Amino acid sequence: MRVPRLGLAVGVALVVLAALVPYLGLHVPAVLPGTEDVLNSAGNLSILAVCFVFGAVALGYDVLFGYTGLLSLGVVLHFAAGVYVFDIALTDWHWSLGAALAVTLAAGLGLALVVGAVSLRVTGIAFTMVTLAFAQAFYFLIQDNPHGLTGGQDGLALSTTRLPSVLSGAVSNTRSLYWLALAFLVVAGAVVWVFIESSVGHVLVAVRDNEARAEVLGVRPFGFKLAAYTLSSLVATGAGVVYLLLIGTAVPDAVATTTLTLSIVVMVMLGGAASRGGAVTGGILYWYLESLLVKVSGQPSFAGLPAVVRVPLSQPQFLLGAVFILFVFFVPGGLAGAVARLRARRAGGLPGPSQPVTAHSVLARLVPSRSDKEAS
Amino acid sequence: MTTFLSLTFAGLALGAVYFLAASGLSLIYGLMDILNFAHGMFMTLGAYAGWDLATHLPASTPSALTFALEVVAAVAGGAVAALLTEVVFIRPLYGKPLSQVLVTIGLDLAVVALLLGGFGANSLSLPVPLWFLEASHVGAVLLPNADFVALVAGVLVLVVLEWFLRRTRFGIVIRAGVENREMVSALGVDVGRAFTLVFVIGGAMAGLAGLLYTAVFTGDLLSPLQGDGLLIFAFIVVVIGGLGSIRGSAVAAVVVGLLQDYANYYGGQHAGFSEIGNLSTVLLLALVLEVRPRGLFGRAT
Repeated sequence: MRVPRLGLAVGVALVVLAALVPYLGLHVPAVLPGTEDVLNSAGNLSILAVCFVFGAVALGYDVLFGYTGLLSLGVVLHFAAGVYVFDIALTDWHWSLGAALAVTLAAGLGLALVVGAVSLRVTGIAFTMVTLAFAQAFYFLIQDNPHGLTGGQDGLALSTTRLPSVLSGAVSNTRSLYWLALAFLVVAGAVVWVFIESSVGHVLVAVRDNEARAEVLGVRPFGFKLAAYTLSSLVATGAGVVYLLLIGTAVPDAVATTTLTLSIVVMVMLGGAASRGGAVTGGILYWYLESLLVKVSGQPSFAGLPAVVRVPLSQPQFLLGAVFILFVFFVPGGLAGAVARLRARRAGGLPGPSQPVTAHSVLARLVPSRSDKEAS
Repeated sequence: MTTFLSLTFAGLALGAVYFLAASGLSLIYGLMDILNFAHGMFMTLGAYAGWDLATHLPASTPSALTFALEVVAAVAGGAVAALLTEVVFIRPLYGKPLSQVLVTIGLDLAVVALLLGGFGANSLSLPVPLWFLEASHVGAVLLPNADFVALVAGVLVLVVLEWFLRRTRFGIVIRAGVENREMVSALGVDVGRAFTLVFVIGGAMAGLAGLLYTAVFTGDLLSPLQGDGLLIFAFIVVVIGGLGSIRGSAVAAVVVGLLQDYANYYGGQHAGFSEIGNLSTVLLLALVLEVRPRGLFGRAT
């Protein structure tokens, strides 16, 4: 296993810095996503914590999207399952924290294996459609409020009676929840990194780059793909648990929509697929920018803008769509790809072997070309 | 028994709309390897184009003529939206199928959001003839007239499409391209033109699907989100039917429409099962994939 020393040092430094943020009462005008201009205010900390949660989701999603080359549109199924199973166990069934966690992870694992095994029966675009259909089915299910468990459209507020006091109350305990989210991100990052660097991870990349060749070498791709799907889904399920603790309520339209799935795809594209640090940066940055936008569009000066500017800006989905298009056309490798190109230009030569895989090259491999299809 | 018959009829009508939505998707995928998310947008834009035209007609226009013009506007609206999508966004990305998918996702999100910002979520009503809201006796069974319209439109489009694909030069090029694109271009046929044509045909059918869905199933209310809601079921139909197969889409659309309708009626009466119709379609999808991963009529790979 190759340990990139500089990357590791930067990562550790960033985590230490992030862990110290709750002690930093810096006054930063305008660019903070919360309503107060103080860095460690409860509002800012809680938004940053959600940024970490989506950083972790993006990281896990990249295992599937970037490294395995599978475009799943079912990631929110596993995220929402974490949110809802944990919520139902604590709120509807009044289970203890440990039991609730255990059942959530067991359900998350089971769901990942079943949905993964069924979806991976097909490849390419059909896989994308099938995962989307499963995620949509889960959305219908929780909307339906079976046995009064999920609260339907209105959602299910988390009952904090069975939680230790340090984890309950988003306002009074923002710091501990913030650290919890950061810790989750670090653990998820470590697990994903070990997985990618392991022999399984290398097989995945080989399968992604040329499935037929890998099969000739005696690899049966299904198991490896299922492993990637399961890991990616479990990270999302865990992120759902942390998200619920942070937000304190489960609402279908916030945690289970296709729009959220697409946001997660954009997070990875933004950072750069299959590049170390790309997906997590994209996830954090995306959520930060979206929160900032929500704040800006709520300000009175915003209402004075002409409608042609105001209407599109007040529709987050419009911006999401525009970012999708712009990135595909102009920044195909995401931020990581842009950084690599910049470095290569400065070095004055051809990009070295350490250049991260660009989203374009990953995407080009996702769907086998027509000739591949005929060959297989 | 009469309940069952009218349920069957409504399911067939729903299947007809699914067919209109799915067959274009299936053709586009078959020829170009693109999962076209913008299809939802074509459906929505078609319905809004119909509504927009109707608001500009004089109040004295007979309602049947109004609806006929709405259909024309919806078909044209869907076709134009598809043409622009293909020429402006898809064409520069030939050879990068997944980039094309991501662009169609972006387009769909952006356009739907603009419609939401401009018109609101659920505020417009599409003018339809009063006759649509009435029902006719067929034997002992009372069947809603609107369902007839959807069904007739679906069958008509299926017949015309089959004729077009089998009997015209363009249609034969498209079918050949779906079978083997490289070979067709090697023979000197301009496949790029076929791509555009397939998009336009798909967009026209999607526009019609969007309008009919509004006129028949939503109580005449227009919503910018309706196209994306339909799109999910269109995807399910396409995968069950087999990617690239028009007949597969037709059969799967009918099966899914019927299943959804029966499940909604017989299962949805129980508390907590109001979404059983939607859920059952996904279960059917999982079942079909388990038994036959390439779909009912999919070509072997």
